[in-house]
Amino acid sequence: MADNNTARPAAGKVGEIRVDNVSKSYGTGLFSKTVVHNCSFTIERNKLTVMIGPSGCGKSTLIRLLAGFEKPSSGSITIDGKPITGPGKDRLVVFQESALFPWMTTHDNIMYGPRARGEDTPQAQSQAKFLLEKVGLKAFAKKYPPQLSGGMQRRAELARAMINNPDVMILDEPFRGLDAMSKELMWEYYSGLYEESHRTNFFITTDIDEAIFLADRLIVMTNIPTRVRAVLDVNVPRPRRLANIFDNEHANEVKMQALSLLHEEAMKSFSGGSRAAADFIEAYAKRGGGATASNPH
Amino acid sequence: MSKSIARLKNRLFSRASLRACIALVVFVVLWEIGSRSKQWLGVSLPWIGQVPAPSAVMSVWGDLLTNRGYWESWYLSLVRVLAGFIAAMVVGIPLGLLMAVSKTFSGLTFPTFEVLRPIPPLAWVPVAIIFWPTQELSIAFVTFLGAFFTVVINVVGGAKSIDSRYFQAAQAMGASQWDIFRRVVLPATLPSIVVGSSVGMGITWNVVVAAEMISGGGSSGGSGGGLGFFIWNSYVGGSYEQIVVGMISIGIAGYACSEVLRAVGGLATPWLRQR
Repeated sequence: MADNNTARPAAGKVGEIRVDNVSKSYGTGLFSKTVVHNCSFTIERNKLTVMIGPSGCGKSTLIRLLAGFEKPSSGSITIDGKPITGPGKDRLVVFQESALFPWMTTHDNIMYGPRARGEDTPQAQSQAKFLLEKVGLKAFAKKYPPQLSGGMQRRAELARAMINNPDVMILDEPFRGLDAMSKELMWEYYSGLYEESHRTNFFITTDIDEAIFLADRLIVMTNIPTRVRAVLDVNVPRPRRLANIFDNEHANEVKMQALSLLHEEAMKSFSGGSRAAADFIEAYAKRGGGATASNPH
Repeated sequence: MSKSIARLKNRLFSRASLRACIALVVFVVLWEIGSRSKQWLGVSLPWIGQVPAPSAVMSVWGDLLTNRGYWESWYLSLVRVLAGFIAAMVVGIPLGLLMAVSKTFSGLTFPTFEVLRPIPPLAWVPVAIIFWPTQELSIAFVTFLGAFFTVVINVVGGAKSIDSRYFQAAQAMGASQWDIFRRVVLPATLPSIVVGSSVGMGITWNVVVAAEMISGGGSSGGSGGGLGFFIWNSYVGGSYEQIVVGMISIGIAGYACSEVLRAVGGLATPWLRQR
């Protein structure tokens, strides 16, 4: 354990992101489309903040703004008080699709960041070893990504991001497309990694169970143009295990609350002509979530 | 060790190799029957009736195996192919990478490149003879052209089609431009380099043979010779069996070169290997 302590990434007193009155539109004039509208929230330091919202609501646009790949049309985004002007080492984004380098082994992929910065030190090596073990890929260190399963690739990617010790880790639906069983396995690995370091994490998802399992704070978004609908605290003790979270009364309460908020959003967009919302409304009605699921016509 | 022997055994006695053997035997037998059609049918079949029979070719080939000139032809052609091919790789790979990476450089060179590319290498022969002081250099230059354009086009295409996710990931992890070039662009382009070089190798064999036929023997100061000249000389000398021997020799040489390239390419791109 003492050995692990030296390799463990340290939690800093940094990494708080403030999003203040941010709007983002694409195009100009008659054809302009506002994707994010007057959106304000804080990603608190050393917490795992999960953002959930209807699919296609503009969450990925928010990620690109936070990452610095795009600039907001109005409003400001600051990290520890400094405005975000472009991509930076303080924020690390893990995207939906795997971006592991297929030409490097799992180990070399994880060591990419340290090596790129000329920090191929024994310390970095032992941290890579620690992370490989932590995500259950020790036996696959010398395999190439195409030889790994989908879930293993996502885990390798998490480890590759973690080793760089960013102030903030931003994850855009990293487990999307995995089957239910592997997804649950990912949640345990990922929350284990988070509990190791307690660095600021911002996680975007459309999966309510994923959101409840992982979140310290849950931000529920409105439909497009998106802004914050509600912020809910998930006060479930850590370390979290699948076995006990769904029996947790508080967790279930938050889940119902979030679901009913999401349902309201879906109803709004359904009456606004969105067919994408129909599935959600039907599913919500089936689970007996509310009497509001009537035909909007 | 025993494992690799077992694997070799499996490969040799597999269904696929059995099929290959059957196909070859059937081909040779049909050829033999066809070229002896005058003996069987009294009339010689068109085309195939004029071709020397495989048995005759084999016996001529058997005599040639101890002939020094025959092996010298092999050697000369191989050297020219390798010279042209290696030069094409050495010049073509950096040029292709530069064209893919730099918009300015690509804008300056690509139009010229695209005008020169459709010109068949053999159309360069007269100019090559004027340009270069020796015949040997002229042949090597034409051979070089054969592989060069293919290598460049493949490298440019490969480097340009690299997924931008890889660049974003590398940048996010603090990689410098040089590091991205060395550890992302280069390995990501490697499969295209391998493909380009194996196609290019095929073209160099096409070109070298034709160039040798045109340039002829040692009359114009060079050493002449080569498998292309061997074929041409056999034609002039009326030994049709030798023509076929020369053709098959080129086929074998080209195949061997491709196999070597495939093996090297496989070693250079271990992540593409199955299992």
